[in-house]
Amino acid sequence: MARTSSPVTSSPPRAPGRSSTVSAPRGMALLSPTGHLGFTPIEEASFQVGVARGPDAVVADSGSCDIGPHPLGADEQASPRTWQEHDLRLIFTAARRLGVPMIIGSCSDTGTDRGVRQYAAYLRRLAGELGVPRFRMATIYSDVDLEALRRRVAAGARVEGLDGRPPLTLDDIDATTHAVAVMGAEPIREALRRGADVILAGRASDASLFAAPLLEAGLPAGVAYYAGKVLECASFCAEPFAGKESVLGVVEPEQIVAEPMSDYQRCTPTSLASHAMYERLDPFREVLPGGYVDMTACRYEAVDERRTRVTGSRWVPAERYTVKLEGAGRVGERALMIIGIRDPYTIARVDEAVAWSRRKVAERFRGPGYQVHYHIYGKNAVMGELEPVKEIRSHELGIVVEAVAPTRDEVAELANLAGRNFMYARLPGLRGTAGAAAFLSDEVLPARAAYRWTMNHVVEVDDPLELFRLEVEEVG
Amino acid sequence: MSKLVELASTIRSKNAGVDHITFDILFSDPAAYEQVKASHVLTPERVAGLYHVAPERVVRFVTFDPARAIKFTIRRDQPSGSPGEGDVMGSQQYAPLLDLEVSG
Repeated sequence: MARTSSPVTSSPPRAPGRSSTVSAPRGMALLSPTGHLGFTPIEEASFQVGVARGPDAVVADSGSCDIGPHPLGADEQASPRTWQEHDLRLIFTAARRLGVPMIIGSCSDTGTDRGVRQYAAYLRRLAGELGVPRFRMATIYSDVDLEALRRRVAAGARVEGLDGRPPLTLDDIDATTHAVAVMGAEPIREALRRGADVILAGRASDASLFAAPLLEAGLPAGVAYYAGKVLECASFCAEPFAGKESVLGVVEPEQIVAEPMSDYQRCTPTSLASHAMYERLDPFREVLPGGYVDMTACRYEAVDERRTRVTGSRWVPAERYTVKLEGAGRVGERALMIIGIRDPYTIARVDEAVAWSRRKVAERFRGPGYQVHYHIYGKNAVMGELEPVKEIRSHELGIVVEAVAPTRDEVAELANLAGRNFMYARLPGLRGTAGAAAFLSDEVLPARAAYRWTMNHVVEVDDPLELFRLEVEEVG
Repeated sequence: MSKLVELASTIRSKNAGVDHITFDILFSDPAAYEQVKASHVLTPERVAGLYHVAPERVVRFVTFDPARAIKFTIRRDQPSGSPGEGDVMGSQQYAPLLDLEVSG
């Protein structure tokens, strides 16, 4: 990381690991190629433009809760492995050629130990294939030991719920199949201090991945964490809207300047400001492990047509260091059946048809382990209870029957029973007595098991590294 | 009277964590932003009414001048991706906002 020159910054970046009292910290340029490594492939042209600008590190997050609870609960990836490897290969090749750190967080969609090991195994193979010189690789693991957590909660430790959830209970832990802790910048900084050229982190807060090298370079926390906040989704902070295009952030002690590397996008004051509020509750405050970024006094100024400067972000340390826990638990096996309805009479009485199906299900399956959900596309399948339109305006309806049961056999029967009964719904006055429903095919479609989020909590720790395990190895 | 869709440049919804859906309405025209703010067509109460949720489920409502944006967040009935849940990323919950009538 201690490089001698950088074409994008006016002064060379400082080597990490030195105290900021040695000399005033200089600027540092971070290249952000994607908001979710592997989710869809990185656009190569703008990435290579960014590489040619000589960034001081390439940083990418590879995970998210957006994909729902299944990948974490089942400990599976959500992205095709070929896309993950495409993105890793691009970044790895560029970072090793530049001789700068490559920092990847939340490996393989969920940041479980499986994801970290999978990425590490791929990079070891790739390094051999490419014959790159020896380098140092850090892997940081973030799986939560559920037994240890149970002991902790049983002993009275308070694990606060986020977003209106009550504190974590032993029942919540029992309902959890897999959980991860979300690391802050500290474990990544530790890896940098230990000379890592490649860092593969388990679940990590997106902004901390970018903040870590900036903090190690001596830049203030206010601008370092804010830079992470702006850069973590790559081209989402630019306009027009586009994903997977690279963005370069040049960070100096008082400011960050963001610039898109694609030739058709611009980073404008509005595009950056609007990104501050993207998929967040609060556009003024970004809560992270150890504190929050206060964006109340942020100023957004255009540097030119394509670049915008942001100043005025502040870091407010928390009184106690907390780490977020994410957990998902298996609810049961799941199966689907797809049904179409064209008879206007049945459409007008679709609620009665659903009630009929429910009744037939209830005659055979009882108990909380059996669930059937009717997703009525054309009525309220997308918005559910939030749907303000009550009147059905469609001439045809699609119903997806979603069944959940403890075993594959039971769920197949459950979905079949619920689905086929649309054929036999006894609606008074119905003329089409040969069948009141069209089956896409007369079969139950197996689906991935059903999971739900069981943990969205924060736990207090004495040491930011406490819930994480760092390993460093020489590769090549 | 204008519709919100005619005044705003972006109207979007997205999950904010696993328990919330957040809504952003952004304006490229400063006058349109001020007009919508002044019209009170978007308030926590109006939003709760539009989506038929109890007022306490509208957990945050802010105006954000740097982005000329109005933003509110609704707590989900159950976490994203639970059985029976139809919009994992919450990205199709904004449609009812499009046709809101704005005075002025």
